[in-house]
Amino acid sequence: MSSPTKPLIPLAVLPKNELGLTVRDYEGAMSTLCAGCGHDSVTAAITQMFFELSLPPRDIAKLSGIGCSSKTPTYFVRGAHGFNSAHGRMATIATGANAANRELTYIGISGDGDSLSIGIGHLAHLMRRNVNMVYVLENNGVYGLTKGQFSASADIGSRSKRGVPNVVAPIDPIMLGLSMGATFLARSFSGDKAQLIPLLKAAVAHQGLALIDVISPCVTFNDHEGSTKSYRFMREHEVKEIETDFVPWQQEISMPHQKDDAREVIMHDGSAVRFRSVPEGYDPHDRQKVEEYIRERHDRGEIATGLLYVNENSSDVHEMNNTPEIALAKVPFAKLCPGSSALAKLQEDFR
Amino acid sequence: MQPTNDQDPNYFHQVVDCQWACPAHTDVPGYIRLIAQGRFDDAYLLNRESNVFPGILGRVCDRPCEPACRRTRVDGNPVAICRLKRVASDLKGDIAASLPTAPEVKNGKRVALVGAGPASLTVANDLVPLGYDVTIFEKYDKAGGLMRVNIPEFRLPTEVLDAETQAIIDMGATIHYNSPVDSMRELLDQDFDAIFVGVGAPKGKELELPGRHDDADAHIHIGIEWLKSVAFGHIESIGERVLIIGVGNTAMDCCRTSRRIGGVDVKVMARRPREYFKASPWELDDAEEESIEITVNHSPQRFVIDEGKLVGMEFDVVEWDEGARHSRVRETVVIPCDDVILAIGQENAFDWIERDLGIEFGEWETPVLDEVTLQSTLPHVFFGGDAAFGPKNIIWAVAHAHQAAISIDQFCRGEDVAQRPPLGMTLASQKMGMTEWSYHNEYNPSPRQQMHHVELTQRFAALDLEVELGFDAEQTAREVQRCLNCDVQTAFKAHLCIECDACIDICPVRCLTITTNGDEADLRTRLNAPAVNAEQAIYVSAPLPQTGRVMVKDENVCVHCGLCAQRCPTAAWDMEKFELDIPYAGQYDILGKSRTDTILSRS
Repeated sequence: MSSPTKPLIPLAVLPKNELGLTVRDYEGAMSTLCAGCGHDSVTAAITQMFFELSLPPRDIAKLSGIGCSSKTPTYFVRGAHGFNSAHGRMATIATGANAANRELTYIGISGDGDSLSIGIGHLAHLMRRNVNMVYVLENNGVYGLTKGQFSASADIGSRSKRGVPNVVAPIDPIMLGLSMGATFLARSFSGDKAQLIPLLKAAVAHQGLALIDVISPCVTFNDHEGSTKSYRFMREHEVKEIETDFVPWQQEISMPHQKDDAREVIMHDGSAVRFRSVPEGYDPHDRQKVEEYIRERHDRGEIATGLLYVNENSSDVHEMNNTPEIALAKVPFAKLCPGSSALAKLQEDFR
Repeated sequence: MQPTNDQDPNYFHQVVDCQWACPAHTDVPGYIRLIAQGRFDDAYLLNRESNVFPGILGRVCDRPCEPACRRTRVDGNPVAICRLKRVASDLKGDIAASLPTAPEVKNGKRVALVGAGPASLTVANDLVPLGYDVTIFEKYDKAGGLMRVNIPEFRLPTEVLDAETQAIIDMGATIHYNSPVDSMRELLDQDFDAIFVGVGAPKGKELELPGRHDDADAHIHIGIEWLKSVAFGHIESIGERVLIIGVGNTAMDCCRTSRRIGGVDVKVMARRPREYFKASPWELDDAEEESIEITVNHSPQRFVIDEGKLVGMEFDVVEWDEGARHSRVRETVVIPCDDVILAIGQENAFDWIERDLGIEFGEWETPVLDEVTLQSTLPHVFFGGDAAFGPKNIIWAVAHAHQAAISIDQFCRGEDVAQRPPLGMTLASQKMGMTEWSYHNEYNPSPRQQMHHVELTQRFAALDLEVELGFDAEQTAREVQRCLNCDVQTAFKAHLCIECDACIDICPVRCLTITTNGDEADLRTRLNAPAVNAEQAIYVSAPLPQTGRVMVKDENVCVHCGLCAQRCPTAAWDMEKFELDIPYAGQYDILGKSRTDTILSRS
């Protein structure tokens, strides 16, 4: 028989969240990606994250551009708002949507092609503007949808499926973010939900742009010997010195404060990101040190993962532009559009 | 935990809950798929291989498979396995040519079977085709044993019983009707190479209470004796008010038979509360549908006789403590009645076996037997069915008889009876394409189909009017799709796994987890959905190549949808059909080498 949908089993034991929903209520359509695609694991992590945060699906907006990665919003939270934009333009649509309705939780899903090739300009400005959203970059180093050409994130020396090494320098989205003034930069691995889910939660809590670069192996075109973005390479080269926990605000009240050397960042909504272990001398607030650390790891052939940089003392796009507290979409029409006499008066002022 | 040994046939066998629970280990999902394909002959023959009487058991089996069925844990109701078995039997064509017969040249060994009930007939079924000269001694003028004398015709039509018993006799067994064996000594003197005793437990239990043997004892009946008299036409009526003492399946047959031959106000009197009843729930339901009143907490005290006439029965109305161990009498009542039927159990009757023959008996007057080989202390005498370990049911009798047939065959060949032929298995991938499987893997949410019954207004017209109408085509089509194909196993090859999590993310019941190994109690708590059903195994893989963690699967509510295998990029998961190779007499030698091919090649 042909591919069945994931059935709902009446007596399967499914925990409920604060809204009385199960994780199945945060799922979407059946994935049509290749079996074993890292993106499907990221989808599962996002599904679990929204379920655990008990966010009502109607308060979530999911956006994407073009590519394998950009298909994935279809596969989670079927009850959310969604927009599938032109290639590389997810950032612009997200900026506009966020400007019009700041009350939704925005999550953009993009890939290394969508973000680092055709869409890199838009991504740069999204970071500059510090638009309040979660930006998940599903990074596999190849153009899977067009049969596996190297993307802009492929490492020098990484080999294609046919054995040809890449010779062009890669763009590291984290380094790009550091130079563009991004305020939340993390890296993770699709095969490590224990790390990815807390990072996603912290990204939702962050007020501003939260970029998570998720190494998400392309099981069809980039999971072979010689690839630097395969499951095996990641398992052998991932360095998780920076381990973080996400502590929701409600839990924080009841939990006794731990007097260990754990560094803690309080997010805008009162929740906290707790760094369980960081290397000696590492400061996730110090842009320069972070840059040094990532570069040093990269030179050793290692991939540093975790919440690498965070700045909670920054202004997001709305604060910078001094917009109203409530969503523009909720401002009464008469106030948003005061009529021709008001326009005439405004024009008069410029004469 | 140590990695699960899935090469041991009994691991995957346990996953097929129905087959595991069936004493004869019938390949239930296998024959349900054949029914789904409209291959009723093949479905019947596959059934017959293990349970020998599909038409009979498709109506009156105790169905240990159904409470075990995984579907119960998935949507609350088991697949109607028994009813589907009947569908195969009702719709089959002439299968006579597919049944084995006695070979022209016999092997020279003579075997006597005492009684022509399900156990003896199964032994004949297994031994006649091997060339044994089989002689059956039956005390009545028809074969079938309890299936004929204790199960009323409105549950089991005579044609069905005749067809399936005669098919075995027609293979080439010699049967002597009206020939009760009165003396084991005399039978032993006839120099049979082996003797099988399958005489059942034919004696109904007595209830010695005041008034039992007074003038009115013509109106006090022993359940199975009474049912037998009705079956043979010796009893054709009963009083209007009938009390049945006892609440097992025999009691259900007694009360429903009473309703058909004159009983109007029929009550079943139970000492204990309903949850302690021995009768199968569906038999209770069927009785109540026929306006039979089931009264709980009534303990019988005496028969009330007035002027030589039975007028009622006195009961203590009792109150039970938790667990119904101790009771307290609340009051005493007399319930008027015209007849009383005692259906409180049955027991063996071995007064015809002399005690100086070397056949030892235990403290409950049951023979001392080897539980596996069914051999008695006299090496060439074997027991099976209710005669072996007391009253059980038909399917147990069949299961015993298959084992006894193996024992008799090995004994007659001079092989060690204790060396049992091994279980075998085959596993075959069901993958047909990227997303295609050779079985119907999609979960079907249909509810369990309800059996239609003859209208109550017509039901009591004749004693032999079968109440259950059987499934119609549409009900059958729905019910077969409720089967979860538990025999199509999730087979895992650890060395191929790249730990991409695809299977874990797609599983609709969250039964898969990749985690660090631990002991079983600990592992069970650390799974994506904790494995709380301790009766169901958890599968643990060998260490995975990339991280050394293990793949763990909780077998409990897996719906065998195949999505894990479909999502696996490296075919580490595969859906593989498990076939249990059950040894039958003569098919294997003791080293496990096949002597003959399996009767039916399946698909």
